[in-house]
Amino acid sequence: MIDVLDAIERWRAEGQRVAIATVVGVEKSAPRDPGAVLAVNERGDVAGSVSGGCVESAVYEEAQDAIAGGRPRLVTYGISDADAISVGLTCGGTIHVFVERLDW
Amino acid sequence: MIFERLAAALRADRPVALVTRLDGAHAGAKLLVSEDDAHGDLGTHLLNAAAVGEARALLAVGENALRSFGEHGEPVGVEVRLFIEAFAPKPVMYVFGAIDFSRAMARIGKYLGYHVTVVDARPVFATKQRLPDADEVVVAWPDEFLSRAPVNARTALIVLTHDVKFDIPLLQVALRTPAGYIGAMGSRRTHANRVEELRRVGISEQDLARISAPIGLDIGARTPEETAISIAAEIIATREQRAGGRLSDGSEPVHNARAPATPA
Repeated sequence: MIDVLDAIERWRAEGQRVAIATVVGVEKSAPRDPGAVLAVNERGDVAGSVSGGCVESAVYEEAQDAIAGGRPRLVTYGISDADAISVGLTCGGTIHVFVERLDW
Repeated sequence: MIFERLAAALRADRPVALVTRLDGAHAGAKLLVSEDDAHGDLGTHLLNAAAVGEARALLAVGENALRSFGEHGEPVGVEVRLFIEAFAPKPVMYVFGAIDFSRAMARIGKYLGYHVTVVDARPVFATKQRLPDADEVVVAWPDEFLSRAPVNARTALIVLTHDVKFDIPLLQVALRTPAGYIGAMGSRRTHANRVEELRRVGISEQDLARISAPIGLDIGARTPEETAISIAAEIIATREQRAGGRLSDGSEPVHNARAPATPA
């Protein structure tokens, strides 16, 4: 959270709506610990990260949906399945990410 | 308002915990907990009270956790999962001895998120000009300073004085603290002399084993900057209970498991 504080405050001062995605749980090997935050504004700017880049684009879509009025949600990303081209972590871990509009 | 309060606390390095409710109609509800205050609402008074207790316990150790409760804060319930993010104040690094290595150590300590204080009894050397990255530079006898300084399990003590007359009293005080890392600079021969002296004053073998000396990981560091990296890496490895070798030589998972933070 601390690493995205400046960006969030700047965006809010500009009147941008903001959503944040927070790692709330990890299983096995995961690149970022619980508490890691990715912040997105309605213009599409991004700050921070929730993984080593593996699931950022999927989380970005969830965050855009939250900005547009979607409910807060808990999403889980597991190991990636190369055949299904699904989103996941290549490192074999699982992360749970809570995505919400920053309206508090 | 919660976010503004959170941001203000983080900027002032005041301890604060943010609790987020993950389940039910109130998913996304927040409670901001400080040591003597709480703002927000997770849904019920009893749930708020349970969350405040958990949050303050986590603040003491600076850890995040996922906890399950009943709708009314029952500790055995599973209906409500709360993510509790504890923002403890920065961990503290005390660097003893104001030498070139201390300047590099202060710099990397800051980089890693420590509040860095450099201590030296000599006013000529213990100056802010020579140690621009240190948060504080204190002119004091190291052992006297440490006997009054706050220390907890996240604290790193870096003894760079490598002079027996400073080191022995300082290490005696250091070993009475709960510091998570105690490192002492000096050659194997210097450290053998220190160990002999510390045994003579009654320090146990168990306590002697807490001292990382010669200080740092074995990366062949030569310059103050390289030595600081070697020490910093040892601090991390000690915290994570890792040996500190090359990952390419091992087969263990790259990241340590964070067991308590796994959702059901």
